[in-house]
Amino acid sequence: MTFWTDPIHVAAEWLQGVFTGWGMCPNLANVLTAFLGILILISFAMLLDIILVWVERKVVARFQDRLGPNRVGPWGIFQPFADIVKLLIKEDITPAGANKVLFNMAPILSLMSVLLLWAVLPLAPDIGMDLNVGLLYMIAAGALGTLAIILAGWASNNKYALVGAFRTVAQMVAYEIPMVIALLVPTIIAGTMGINSIVKSQETWYVLISPLGALIFLIAAIAELGRSPFDLNEAESEIVAGFHIEYTGMKFGLFYAGELLHAFTFGGFISALFFGGWRGPGAETYPLLGVLYFFLKALFFYWVIMWVKYSVPRVRIDHMLAFGWKFLTPLALVLLMVTALLDKVLAGASAWTYGLTMFVSNILLVWLTIVVLKAYARRERNREESSVQPVAQTAHQ
Amino acid sequence: MTPLHILFLLFAIVILGSALKVVTTQNMLHAALWLIVTLFGVAALYAMLNASFLAVVQVVVYIGAIAILFIFAVMLTRREMRDKGEQLNKNWWAAAIISVAVFGFLYTLVSRWSGFGNTAAALPSDVDFLKELGTALVSPNAYVLPFEIASVLLLAALVGAVYVASNRE
Repeated sequence: MTFWTDPIHVAAEWLQGVFTGWGMCPNLANVLTAFLGILILISFAMLLDIILVWVERKVVARFQDRLGPNRVGPWGIFQPFADIVKLLIKEDITPAGANKVLFNMAPILSLMSVLLLWAVLPLAPDIGMDLNVGLLYMIAAGALGTLAIILAGWASNNKYALVGAFRTVAQMVAYEIPMVIALLVPTIIAGTMGINSIVKSQETWYVLISPLGALIFLIAAIAELGRSPFDLNEAESEIVAGFHIEYTGMKFGLFYAGELLHAFTFGGFISALFFGGWRGPGAETYPLLGVLYFFLKALFFYWVIMWVKYSVPRVRIDHMLAFGWKFLTPLALVLLMVTALLDKVLAGASAWTYGLTMFVSNILLVWLTIVVLKAYARRERNREESSVQPVAQTAHQ
Repeated sequence: MTPLHILFLLFAIVILGSALKVVTTQNMLHAALWLIVTLFGVAALYAMLNASFLAVVQVVVYIGAIAILFIFAVMLTRREMRDKGEQLNKNWWAAAIISVAVFGFLYTLVSRWSGFGNTAAALPSDVDFLKELGTALVSPNAYVLPFEIASVLLLAALVGAVYVASNRE
């Protein structure tokens, strides 16, 4: 066992050796090592967050045919540090009539809900807690994020903020359902809810077995993140800035950092659940290589989420809810039933038959959906035309 | 006293303290938030009992759905967000009698139980409890009947909610 084949255990044992060498009791050394591990992971996530600010600004600039930050350091890479200094020295304002405790607690809770997700994010074969309820844990952490936004909206004592919070809840409740159902698809295929176990069982990427599940999860994830086209909770043309309208300085910074890190984390979950996560040549023996693969895939899906954000206009709230409840939820339910049924039918089949049948069933479902949608659109058009006709006739008479 | 004892006492204090705040606080929204703290404490107790599924479901269902619905209802139905209403209505004595009676009943029930000093049996480490729970819920020898009755009840509630909400005459 050397550092390169098993870095986490080697580092942990070395740390424990140091602590017990100082005359600490082994239990305490264990707890301290675990705490240090958490601290390192969180610090790493926050450092990554700083880089993500730069990535986000640079990518959006390219999408909008601009250069983006390019003054501070090479390619403007030190711009986020200047931003942080600006945020830190801004005046910290708590609006009159705001609920002080909740107003200050909301941004912390918001970032916390994202950092909680890193506990189950499978960075490498051994990193990331393989909870047997990992996927449910992910949903639970998301619930805390919703709570943070409600608190922010209510505690600000601002009508726009409150409207933003209302919208968030409507959206989260609507899109949590297709997301949970889409998460059940890899659960059924892998036979476990532990995210690292799901990654380990992906001999073929699950996107090839269930492309529709991956698509539904991506859409629901974008809605859960509250990013465009589902960014109604901060629609600047309607409610100024939504739930974070009253926040200044680093408190706003925490919301912003939380949003970026959340998007990256969901990119990581998409890559872990449907695109093989850390799997790649040599990742089993050299976990650090797995971390590299994972980050490349996660960054790619982070880029996809940005791509959608900066290309698609915002949807109207009733369209957003109708899409969630009347289209995505039934489709996800049908997909779940088909997947569960096929999984039982094909229990003894070879991997090839299993994967191919699942894939074909997914494509058939997509085709059926398109047929049904077309028929529905035609019926709507006909009804509209027929309902317009009599009015025109009476007008002529 | 093991670390587990200390943690249990800590969470018990959190649960009882926040539950007391739920009924004594003046502000409706604060009561809902204290309720969330209580529910978190219960989730922590589940986690300490190795019931990870129950712990996570407690957070998803009670905090992610029910508590948020409470907050939503308070926000939508109260004209003033920081509204301070009367804390007691005229039936407070009936509620007091019932709660004291329930407490007394539970107390006598628990005081007859003799298993307080027992230590929990060690759990086998090679069993996937989530899988066991899932099989137990749908196996005919275990809990399939209550499970199905609960699903039919939920379905009925769903249909009823859709009927009440639909404005077709």
